[in-house]
Amino acid sequence: MERTRVNLLGIELDNPVIPASGTFGYGREFAGLYDIDILGTFSFKGTTLHPRLGNPLPRIAEAPSGMLNAVGLQNPGVDKVISEELPNLSKIFHKPVMANVSGFSIEEYAETCRRLDACAQVGWLEVNISCPNVHHGGMSFGTDPVQAAAVTKAVKAVTSKPIIMKLSPNVTDIVSIAKACADAGADGVSLINTLMGMRIDLRTRRPVIANVTGGLSGPAVFPVALRMVYQVARAVSVPVVGMGGVSSAEDVLEMMMAGATAVEVGAANLVDPFACKRIIEDLPGIMDKYGIETLDSLKTGGSTAG
Amino acid sequence: MRQVNYTILENAPLTASVYRMALRGDTSPITAPGQFVNLRLDGLYLRRPISVCDVDGDMLTLIYKVVGKGTEQLSRMQPGEALDALSGLGNGYDLACAGDRPVLIGGGVGVPPLYYLAKKLIEAGRAVAVCLGFNTRDELFYENEFRALGCDARVATVDGSYGTKGFVTAILPDAPTHYFACGPEPMLKAVFRALDCPGQLSFEARMGCGFGACMGCTCETLTGYKRICKDGPVMRKEELLWNAQG
Repeated sequence: MERTRVNLLGIELDNPVIPASGTFGYGREFAGLYDIDILGTFSFKGTTLHPRLGNPLPRIAEAPSGMLNAVGLQNPGVDKVISEELPNLSKIFHKPVMANVSGFSIEEYAETCRRLDACAQVGWLEVNISCPNVHHGGMSFGTDPVQAAAVTKAVKAVTSKPIIMKLSPNVTDIVSIAKACADAGADGVSLINTLMGMRIDLRTRRPVIANVTGGLSGPAVFPVALRMVYQVARAVSVPVVGMGGVSSAEDVLEMMMAGATAVEVGAANLVDPFACKRIIEDLPGIMDKYGIETLDSLKTGGSTAG
Repeated sequence: MRQVNYTILENAPLTASVYRMALRGDTSPITAPGQFVNLRLDGLYLRRPISVCDVDGDMLTLIYKVVGKGTEQLSRMQPGEALDALSGLGNGYDLACAGDRPVLIGGGVGVPPLYYLAKKLIEAGRAVAVCLGFNTRDELFYENEFRALGCDARVATVDGSYGTKGFVTAILPDAPTHYFACGPEPMLKAVFRALDCPGQLSFEARMGCGFGACMGCTCETLTGYKRICKDGPVMRKEELLWNAQG
């Protein structure tokens, strides 16, 4: 375990593997399958100030080496998360959890974060300014450096917990957004959220997804995610949490060699509910194979420079 | 829910587009009729949910219709091949409220899960009526299998080429104690309107995970948001929004 330990913004993780928001609920479904305390941590389902049903069905479509989703931030609202989900989580998960927050206005982001700041179980706040599936909110904050900075400042002002801004790949220059967040006081950034895409049903000649567009995730996006993590990690001095199509221990190592401090695993959990367990178990052996003594050495060794 | 590697024993067409697949492996995760398995197929990312048609010891029977790439690929799999499944998904039908004279109502590829249900109800000593609806005679399957179980099996075809002409609502028995339905949504709605007794209806949806993690198949009910894969696929008549729509 010592070999796979990483430090994410002052909190030690037994390993860098973090199920990504929206693929792990609030932990309940997976706790029935394996001991989720083996995880570094996990990022819980994107939570908003008010409850949300999300988008109409269908919300899901197959894609080459991946999937599209347009769930639209279905969640029970922050108050219910605090009164029901977190107490329930405390019975099945005994580590700090990453709280994923979304919103439709700067005030809403701040208020949701303020309420979660009071929860001892929450180790980090991951602020999603990159949801492609909600209108008038979500991604619009993550595609404009000025807006991204404004959200960052507003949430920093209401919490003492580390703030990780979750970035959208659906931009011309993700580095400028990452820099704007870091300059506005973000403690870290995580990337990438899903890439906007769509599918059409040949029989009906209409979009498969009721929302028309959805976010692409899965192995299809891994090279794009890796490239963006690499670019951002070299441009900002705050830690980067890498994600996007990660499905194996090898992918985790690639992400870390690109500059990620920790790695989130998303869609893989949905097609293989044991994906994170498998990755964590595989890590030491794969590290041996590539002569990696500790994951920490990847960070400090500067193997990615140049 | 458990991940199980099944071995294909048989995979053969019942009609031009409907196949029956017999599998061997651990069936213990399947605890109720109406549950489903989620199958991993080579080269496809998302698993494909298929309802359980029958369980007998370590034998699992699935009946599926070829509707797209996934089921087309499934239809080409050969005996001896392995199939990775998440098994025993969903809530399944609750048999306890069936009463003495339940009716099972299935349309097209909604028929298969009713077979295991009928078997269980017959075992429990109920007088089971089964109403099967198909578009046309060529699409008919399992009428004789239901009869062999001891069910009062009735068939309706939309074009009148077999059985009663019309929809399943044309062949419903008088005063059933409870109904169990599975089929396309227009059929479910017609059954919901036609029968006054309590009932349970099985819904389908495009799913992401099939075990309640992704919120990809949530629908609104009178008792809150329900994930079709985890809180369903079987919903009680009383909780459907259709009740509020007059």
